Amino acid sequence: MEHLKEPLIELIRLAATNLPPDVEKSLRQALEREEPGSAAYGALETILKNVELSRRRSTPICQDTGTPIFYVYHPEGWSTRKLRQVIQEAVAEATRRSYLRPNSVDSLTDKNTGNNLGDDHFPTIHFEEVDGDTLTVDLMLKGGGCENVGAQYSLPARVGGGVPAGRDLEGVRRAVLDAVQKAQGQGCSPGILGVAIGGDRGSAYYASKEVLFRKMDEPNPDPQLAEMEERITEEANQLGIGPMGFGGNTTVLGTKITGLHRLPASYFVTISYMCWAYRRRRMIWKDGQVTYE
Amino acid sequence: MRKVQIPISDDVVRSLEVGDPITLSGVMVTARDAAHKWLMDTFITHKREPQGDDLEVYEALKKLLNGGVIYHCGPVVSQTETGEYRFVAAGPTTSIREEPYQGDIMRHFNVKGVIGKGGMGAKTLQACQEVPGLYLHAVGGAASWLAQTVKRVLGVYKLEFGAPEAFWVIEVEDFPVVVTMDAGGNSLHAEIEARSAKVLEDLLSEETS
Repeated sequence: MEHLKEPLIELIRLAATNLPPDVEKSLRQALEREEPGSAAYGALETILKNVELSRRRSTPICQDTGTPIFYVYHPEGWSTRKLRQVIQEAVAEATRRSYLRPNSVDSLTDKNTGNNLGDDHFPTIHFEEVDGDTLTVDLMLKGGGCENVGAQYSLPARVGGGVPAGRDLEGVRRAVLDAVQKAQGQGCSPGILGVAIGGDRGSAYYASKEVLFRKMDEPNPDPQLAEMEERITEEANQLGIGPMGFGGNTTVLGTKITGLHRLPASYFVTISYMCWAYRRRRMIWKDGQVTYE
Repeated sequence: MRKVQIPISDDVVRSLEVGDPITLSGVMVTARDAAHKWLMDTFITHKREPQGDDLEVYEALKKLLNGGVIYHCGPVVSQTETGEYRFVAAGPTTSIREEPYQGDIMRHFNVKGVIGKGGMGAKTLQACQEVPGLYLHAVGGAASWLAQTVKRVLGVYKLEFGAPEAFWVIEVEDFPVVVTMDAGGNSLHAEIEARSAKVLEDLLSEETS
């Protein structure tokens, strides 16, 4: 597995320093919607200049390089124990090279390990066996500011100023809009919403992050959810929170929704808020050749 | 864009209002969660006794923060072979976590400016009026861009808190911010929050068609 170490470090470098083109495009469209000279316009201009500079200088887009979350799709027979080890080695080396900030803190002693390694949960690694002989590694870097404004609602609940949100799609809409209003600019708006309907408390948060791997302009395959994604994005933008919470026309760049089976008794709505610095990259390893998306 | 030099005088603080874009030049100190808690517990509420180099760090910070600026930031820092530190990425972190401490720390040290993102609450706004001081909003996530304005790292205290949590003393030139809470008691954040709550109320009263 040692041969995967350098390709994985490159995956981390790309994710931390080079914003995906679809996200950058979406930010440029947001700039066009703001009034030149406004604080919102200024914030987006700075964001776009920062994106270019980070790419050119290979420095982190945001200093909070977040929790590295890996989704590994491996062929049959690969050792997940060895894959975990090489990923951990790559993370430690990427930290040494200043692509990542040391972010792993022992919750009991408050000590930062200094190399982004912690227990089995830091970095986060999910494994999935797939057909064929291709290894695919997806990486998302999710910062703390936006992670802190994520939310989970157990419906029925009261949201906003006490409005009931019931166990249906209308209740989902109400809960998501409530979460966006509560987040204000603190998740580094304009954000992207990953929403899971159903599941349990754990599986739903997992799914609400996984759904964020869908490209910005990739519509939901379910027409009903596709319509709802558009509606929530449009209504969230009516809130007027704007980039950085300065006020403005773009609070949310997009919404991605997924549904999970649930227990008859439970109806969770789970929202993972992704900041504008939507850092996700993919590495594909096939026949000894590596490519990145 | 108006240029402001650190340390900042009361007159300059009072002349600035919510919405003003400014640039800062001079020496500022980064401080976030662990740093604020340590300052509060050791020197303001005296919940814990000073130990190790605590008093020495306190004396140094008193000089730096008098009329000075605190930056809510946990940077990515690299070290050259000669041991010199360099800021690689240094955007603001979410400020509201420091709301329990910020007002008291501003009063204790005569801090004139607090830089961060996302805004702060009523206690900090009250301190802005009394000290007087300002809350200054930097663009969240613009870390490479903001690190460029850091000309030199002059020193670091409490590195044992971890690199993101340490007090980094930095010299900046033309660091861009927007005033979002001023000494007149105005807060852009309170205003946006109230306005968006009203819009939310209207949106939630509409049934799905």
